[in-house]
Amino acid sequence: MLNRRNFLTAAIGVAAAGTLAACAKEDGGTSGSSGGSKTITLGFSQVGSESGWRSANTDSVKSAAKEAGYNLKFSDAQQKQENQISAIRSYIAQKVDVIAFSPVVVTGWDAILNEAKAAKIPVVLTDRSVESDESLFVTLVGSDFTDEGRRAAKMLEKVLEKAGHKGPVKIAQLEGTTGAAPAIERAKGFKEVMDADHADDWKIVVSQTGDFTRAGGKQVMAAFLQSNPDIDVLFAHNDDMGIGAIQAIEAAGKKPGKDILIVTVDGVKDGFIAMSEGKINAIVECNPLLGPQLMEVVKKVHAGETVERWIKTEESDFMQDQAKDALPTRKY
Amino acid sequence: MSTPSVATTSRWRALTHHNLFWPVAVLIALLLVNVPFTPDFFAIKMTDGHLYGSLVSIVLFGSPLILVAVGMTLVIATGGIDLSVGAVVAITGALTCSYISDQADQNALAGVFLAMGIGLVAAVVCGLWNGFLVARMGIQPIIATLIIMVAGRGVAQLITDGQIITINSEPYKLIGGGYWLTLPFSIFVVAAVVAVTVALTRRTALGLLVESVGGNAEASRLVGIRSRRIKIMVYMFCALCAGIAGLMISSNTSAADGNNAGLWIELDAILAVVIGGTSLLGGRFSIGGTVVGALVIQTLTTTIYTIGVPTQTNLVFKAVVVIIVCLLQSPKFRAKVFGANGPKGLRRAAAPAPATPAADAAPKMEVSR
Repeated sequence: MLNRRNFLTAAIGVAAAGTLAACAKEDGGTSGSSGGSKTITLGFSQVGSESGWRSANTDSVKSAAKEAGYNLKFSDAQQKQENQISAIRSYIAQKVDVIAFSPVVVTGWDAILNEAKAAKIPVVLTDRSVESDESLFVTLVGSDFTDEGRRAAKMLEKVLEKAGHKGPVKIAQLEGTTGAAPAIERAKGFKEVMDADHADDWKIVVSQTGDFTRAGGKQVMAAFLQSNPDIDVLFAHNDDMGIGAIQAIEAAGKKPGKDILIVTVDGVKDGFIAMSEGKINAIVECNPLLGPQLMEVVKKVHAGETVERWIKTEESDFMQDQAKDALPTRKY
Repeated sequence: MSTPSVATTSRWRALTHHNLFWPVAVLIALLLVNVPFTPDFFAIKMTDGHLYGSLVSIVLFGSPLILVAVGMTLVIATGGIDLSVGAVVAITGALTCSYISDQADQNALAGVFLAMGIGLVAAVVCGLWNGFLVARMGIQPIIATLIIMVAGRGVAQLITDGQIITINSEPYKLIGGGYWLTLPFSIFVVAAVVAVTVALTRRTALGLLVESVGGNAEASRLVGIRSRRIKIMVYMFCALCAGIAGLMISSNTSAADGNNAGLWIELDAILAVVIGGTSLLGGRFSIGGTVVGALVIQTLTTTIYTIGVPTQTNLVFKAVVVIIVCLLQSPKFRAKVFGANGPKGLRRAAAPAPATPAADAAPKMEVSR
């Protein structure tokens, strides 16, 4: 049976496994950066790799850091806030020059941001924002999710017009991870336009989280189609959930893009492939390639220059007829 | 008038004391909850040459969970637990899909079979590792399997390069998302695995051996059962089940997602096993109960989507239902709430029947067990 020695062995085993996993994810360029050299050390905590968008975002940050000659310490939080907090805490302990991170959720960051402030390490948010005191971070490099929601509603207007849809519009919404900024704000922006311009004819009949994943999107959409077989429009908070939903719609014997009009946000390659096949009607781009912009900001922040509170990424919207032309330019 | 009522009540008692009664009752109750929200919830119609309906979806999306839970049942029956199944799901899906995506012809059967073989072998190796740590090294199962639970997902991400690998292979799509004889193909896979498991554990002495190892590993060893070998075997079997589930999950969306595939499935599987009436202490198990337990969990998930529970309260709703199920499963709780002797108290309250039925119902109940 179990004795103390075995337990110790086990404990060490787990600790070693944890360290190995951590090592595997560290992506430090050259080690030993400190010691008076001018190389900027950037600690970056990524949300995870939950979607193609995120992978592209990660690649962009990594390659931009390499190009800029920064020493990048990278960690993947696997969508857990506690992982991000411990990663940031370790960056503080390592005395990096600048900390950047994409917060998993919007709340609960005050304590760790105060620790960074006390250590006089500037914090730059990327992609997503937090609900904390403004003095706790320098700037946000990222998209305006609320505006993406608004743009999605505007795109839906065009899509409906093009499809010649008349009468009331029943909308199903696939939300992102509950509590995540893009999920909250995309829903908010969409509803804003809906309430302002289409209070009479548009209605969100079902809305549920699909966790930004294909499997989630597929399963939730399958249930939606059972409880509300007369859905006209699907608004998915990202392409991956939309792609999952397309499979569920096809299994129900309906035609995605015709029987159910689909508007998604992101613009990853697989999304554009689905759009070029006519299965998605419009995509609102959310540009993940913000690495170069981030490095620029890091440089300025490190030099003590003032930067804008919110540096927005450049984005555009795509209708179905633009899909084929845009597809070759999609890198992610 | 009193004689038939005695017979009915004793039959009722026998029924309510059957170990599958409460899980099945909860499953039926959950299914019925959907009807007011989705009037044609039980309707099944033909669409594009296959059956389509809520019940079909529940079985289709619940298949991976049933498989993982069946494997988990045997591990728990030996007094162990396997936390690594979710990671094994991710590894299998990642390996198989990345192999298929490298093929020139993704529809070639040989390539698909080879890819599935590679994935399943990797799964079994994970199981062998777990079994080795538990049975040979004497490490507590919860710690031993935690290693792959934590590190395995990293391995899966390493295989997929952190990307979602999308594949376009019709034959591979069959196992988790396709249809055969108008039914989801995954039903046949699940049925085969469950049938083989039941046959092996209930038609041969294997089930008895597993239970005796779970009851007391040392005593089993002393009477000549190779308890270590049995343990290694159940961990390998559990990982194989998780591997097949991994194939299904990746096939269902035609994509391998190293980060999310099978995330938290180990907890759902353990829950399914417990709802099914298998004791976490080991020593006895019920495969049928586990299948019902897994269906309860999948039905609960589907119910949340169809009745429109607000997103923020999803988990609370799930928790409340699971608490109720677990309480109903507890004989102590039932005795407290329904009276000292289970349904007898209820009956006495409803209609003051003569005292004798309880007396002669009791031995019948014993026989029926």
